[in-house]
Amino acid sequence: MAEQFEPLVIGFTCNWCSYRAADSAGSGRLKYPPNIRLIRLMCSGRIDTTFVLKAFANGADAVLISGCHPGDCHYVEQNYKAQSRFLLMRRMLAQMGIEPQRLQLLWASAAEGTIFAAEVTRMVEEIRALGPLQWKTDGYVPSSVVGHPSGLQEVHA
Amino acid sequence: MVSVGNHPNINLMAYSEVTKVDGYVGNFTVTVRKKASYVDTEKCTGCGVCQDKCPKKVIDQAYEAGLGYRKAIYKSFAQAVPKYPVLDRENCTFFQKGTCKACEKFCEANAIDFKQEDKYMTFQVGNIILATGFDPFDARRIPQYGYGRLANVFTSMEFERLSSAGGPTGGKIVLRDGVTVPQSVGIVHCVGSRDKHYNNYCSSICCMQSLKFAHLVKEKTGATVYNFYMDIRAVFKDYDEFYQRVLEEGTLFVRGRVAEVTDAARLPGEEGKLIIQAEDTLIGKQRRIPVDMVILSAGLEPRRDAKEVGKLFGISCSAAGWYIERHPKLDPVATMTDGVLIAGCAQGPKDIPASVAQGAAAAARVAGKIQQKEIAIEPIRASIDKDRCSACRICNNQCPFKAINYIEATAEHRAYSEVNSALCQGCGTCVAACPSGAISGTVFSSQQILAQIGGLMLLNVDGNGHGARVEEKLEMVPA
Amino acid sequence: MSGKPKFAMYWAAACGGCEIAVLNTNEKILDVDANFDVVFWPVAMDAKYKDVEAMEDKSILLTLFNGAIRNDENEHIAHLLRKKSQILVAFGACATQGGIPGLANLSNTKSMIDTAFHTISTDNPDGITPQTTYKMPEGDITIPTIYPAVKSLNQVVPVDYFMPGCPPESHQIAAVIDLVIQVLQGKAQLPLTGAVIGAGNSSVCEECTRTRNEKKIKQFTRIQDFKPDPNLCLLEQGILCCGSATRSGCGAVCPKAAVPCVGCYGATEDSPDQGARLLNAVASVIDSRDPAEIEKILDGIPDPAGMFYRFGMAGSLLRASKAAWKE
Repeated sequence: MAEQFEPLVIGFTCNWCSYRAADSAGSGRLKYPPNIRLIRLMCSGRIDTTFVLKAFANGADAVLISGCHPGDCHYVEQNYKAQSRFLLMRRMLAQMGIEPQRLQLLWASAAEGTIFAAEVTRMVEEIRALGPLQWKTDGYVPSSVVGHPSGLQEVHA
Repeated sequence: MVSVGNHPNINLMAYSEVTKVDGYVGNFTVTVRKKASYVDTEKCTGCGVCQDKCPKKVIDQAYEAGLGYRKAIYKSFAQAVPKYPVLDRENCTFFQKGTCKACEKFCEANAIDFKQEDKYMTFQVGNIILATGFDPFDARRIPQYGYGRLANVFTSMEFERLSSAGGPTGGKIVLRDGVTVPQSVGIVHCVGSRDKHYNNYCSSICCMQSLKFAHLVKEKTGATVYNFYMDIRAVFKDYDEFYQRVLEEGTLFVRGRVAEVTDAARLPGEEGKLIIQAEDTLIGKQRRIPVDMVILSAGLEPRRDAKEVGKLFGISCSAAGWYIERHPKLDPVATMTDGVLIAGCAQGPKDIPASVAQGAAAAARVAGKIQQKEIAIEPIRASIDKDRCSACRICNNQCPFKAINYIEATAEHRAYSEVNSALCQGCGTCVAACPSGAISGTVFSSQQILAQIGGLMLLNVDGNGHGARVEEKLEMVPA
Repeated sequence: MSGKPKFAMYWAAACGGCEIAVLNTNEKILDVDANFDVVFWPVAMDAKYKDVEAMEDKSILLTLFNGAIRNDENEHIAHLLRKKSQILVAFGACATQGGIPGLANLSNTKSMIDTAFHTISTDNPDGITPQTTYKMPEGDITIPTIYPAVKSLNQVVPVDYFMPGCPPESHQIAAVIDLVIQVLQGKAQLPLTGAVIGAGNSSVCEECTRTRNEKKIKQFTRIQDFKPDPNLCLLEQGILCCGSATRSGCGAVCPKAAVPCVGCYGATEDSPDQGARLLNAVASVIDSRDPAEIEKILDGIPDPAGMFYRFGMAGSLLRASKAAWKE
């Protein structure tokens, strides 16, 4: 009997709302699947496409971006920037062959632990049905261009 | 209030509002608009003759909760601080029709100035405390309770005025006709609160307030009193003892949310009465209780303009509309913006002792800052590498705290953008937005976050425990 | 046979533009000849692979390698030249980050070959498709195997220096040649290995003479659809210019000619993925909060992957689309 596919989801949560929502789900002993691994940012506006791409390149099957509800951002309006980046990212990823369901955006306030847990559960099942992404990079993961040692000590004419 | 009005270090500006706030903690520049009251406070002695002589009576919606009158030129109450009256332009005969000017005629100090204009003033301040309070819930939004339609349904604010010795009835509890003393009174808890259709939160003060009303009605009229409640929230010092006292006085408590207040009589004994229909959950029966007077304990709501005011000061509101504190347990009077504090109901519904405690806490915080003369700021900040910044200006409109400045080119240096660390709140949006990667953010730097992502997937790449398939070399952070 | 240090230049999956850029240094090319012994440069001289194989390891002082790694021949020569060279420079956009050939990573090699050989514009009446092996009476002949995804040079061998540009600007090439000659004369030091040479430290905006203000974009447009203000930043006017996320060094020649920068000088310092930075920046200046309106504005960018990764797809974090790996 084949092992059931366990999706790996990387979630980016904001310190003031969605991370606290996850925290309150935890203190409320609400169960949600361990398939999601959360990273805390101060604000969803910190979301950088580089993070999302790195998550997929390293083996994530899906990425969740989560922040405060529009209008309630702890830093006033930065979640709108996250929203724009998410919408453009999704289009670009679709061109790369990553289905739109694999990148999701969730607004959750600090008191909405139940909603957070429910949405994560829904998302994990959705990705399970979609199947693994298994992104190929041929074993190469690029770093920044500078600092690539080649062992060059001295030059000889 | 009088000592505040007299204190040499306190500049009390009534009838004024803040229009602009610039700067950052320790260096705020606040612009205040002092609205024209048409009374020259340099000359006015507060004698009150203008109010006596003013022929225009206006229903006082604010202080008297619509139950009493004031004049077009008025002070809210005799002991008000400051002592200067205000001329209500919209109701003043001179401004509306061009005639009268009785106040000017009779003012011996020559203090009436119909040509007065709004004055704008700027102040340099180091800290700001917002104690902007709440708005009462408008009970008309619940039509089945009959407020505004059925004469003898009163709100809590109206009842406060009725029971006040200085109020429109001199403290007598009477019906809307101004004469009849009620024989039975129903007090409804949770009007507009703990209610998904209106406000889901508990307004904190209404239970104690409703108990107070019950006690006052009993004391002043001896009427039969019914309190319709969901829970009795009597949590603080001596509060529960007061509830027990009200029980002993013979007030009747019905546990059930009121469905309807109606004057449509159905059963004998209901003619001419207001009938409160509610389920008495403790006995599991519907009850129709006829009373002469109904008091609705209306809840507290955030001020209508809380969001705009918050934006002015650089703070945000929660989903329910209350100002967001830095930490609900550990830092209830500070906000995310250094130098701006909140106190009282602006932060959430609370009663007087709690508001006073918060006010004192905020004041102590500020006093401490003034003593220290220096502030420590959290190290979570963005900074722009001047050598890497090419002045594309994409970051310039990413910051809601106006922490990013553009510096024009000079003979010594090329143009660049820079972050003011005192204003920066560390959200990191500009760090992500910078197309050349010239902005870095401490504590949540790109290298740190990328390392976390790599770390989260280092061992089992998929949830099934299968090993990593990418040989990730953990990188040293480039110098 | 001279005592001069040896120089080599090779083109892998390339267009020849880098070679022309070197020749465009005009008289400077004579300095190359004066200071170096050119031992291997397919466009300019008749040397064979076996000549390179016969050289001693590390006997070539400086090799400029341009072109991307598309097939196994490119990789084989990359390894060979790495072995034989002291300094190996990834020269030009293709070698540094995959370049234009990298865009093929958005689809797979089969559809690439179909497009080349089986579309209506190709005169191929017998429907021939190239094979890597072909049986002849004399034996099997082979041609290099195309890899499913294009790679940059540093994805197959360690690289000493990176020189970006499509092609690198001739004045930058001249400056690098001067630097190496100075190093040989003991008058200067080479930068740390792994460095980007022949380019600047910030982005193209620094060299661009257009005026820049705060950016709030409600619509993306193209230069053929609208005449841009010659003095104002192109991005501000809704024209997708990649200059803000592109390394400086080219002198902003394109924006100065009213053409938006396409990003050929690659990512700025410490940016692992140029396209990601560009995406962040472009999304962040969209002036709307309403998702429906934002989607409409984004319709003005019909090909985000191609736009943001025009030169850097192979060197990016995702490297290639899923389609590239399909048979």
